[in-house]
Amino acid sequence: MSTSFGSRRLVVGAHYGLRDWLAQRITSLLMALFTIVVVAQVLFGGRLDYYRWSAIFAPQWMRVLAFVTIVSLLYHVWVGMRDIWMDYVKPVSIRLLLDIATIVWLVGCAGWAIQVLWRL
Amino acid sequence: MVTSLKEQPLKRQPVYRNIHVTDLTTYRLPPAGWVSILHRISGAAMFLLLPFTIWMFDASLTSEVSYEQFTAVFSSGFAGLPGWFWKLVAFALIWAYLLHFSAGLRHLWMDATHEVGLAFGRTSALVVIVLSTVVAFALGFKLFF
Repeated sequence: MSTSFGSRRLVVGAHYGLRDWLAQRITSLLMALFTIVVVAQVLFGGRLDYYRWSAIFAPQWMRVLAFVTIVSLLYHVWVGMRDIWMDYVKPVSIRLLLDIATIVWLVGCAGWAIQVLWRL
Repeated sequence: MVTSLKEQPLKRQPVYRNIHVTDLTTYRLPPAGWVSILHRISGAAMFLLLPFTIWMFDASLTSEVSYEQFTAVFSSGFAGLPGWFWKLVAFALIWAYLLHFSAGLRHLWMDATHEVGLAFGRTSALVVIVLSTVVAFALGFKLFF
């Protein structure tokens, strides 16, 4: 029988407590991919001005990648900030308030970033 | 000599708790501990600076005019604060990003390979701190000069 515990846990299963942990790692890889793609295009291709910079975000696939990155950021930072509040803030009421503030802050920022992306 | 239980001084087990905030000045963290707390601090800093980052994204991409306004913030200042201050904020963002990025790669490497020994933890932590700081200061140098 194959083992399904320890490091061999079935992560797509229900309520192992691993989902956010795994999501944070997957989203980090997506954001790293975006970083590498942008930095590579900035480094190779001569002097950077407005036209070359905005041309980087012109192709549809680049916008999709940027969109995926923004949504990844939203989830990644939510898990991270929630961990910070859970570690340092003990009263439930204040923690809940900070959780709500974090969600508002993140959703607001993601909305703004997505708006920038699609009106280009 | 027999003493009653009442008279015997109770030998207490030592209690280990999390360090207190006041211990921070004397508490010596190993390199892996530094990476851990810097990972957290850099993440929280980037969370707070998120509107600044998206403003840069917005202004630098929207139009040629907004691009000029974007570059002007770092040369002639904005909101009563001089240009060098905003360069300093950008430098902090770059440093935080590089630290968080490389500390994250270290995490992923450990997750993937289960390489979690003391020696690797120490060496990789030093690599993360030194590499991200060197690259951050190189980019910072380009930013300021």
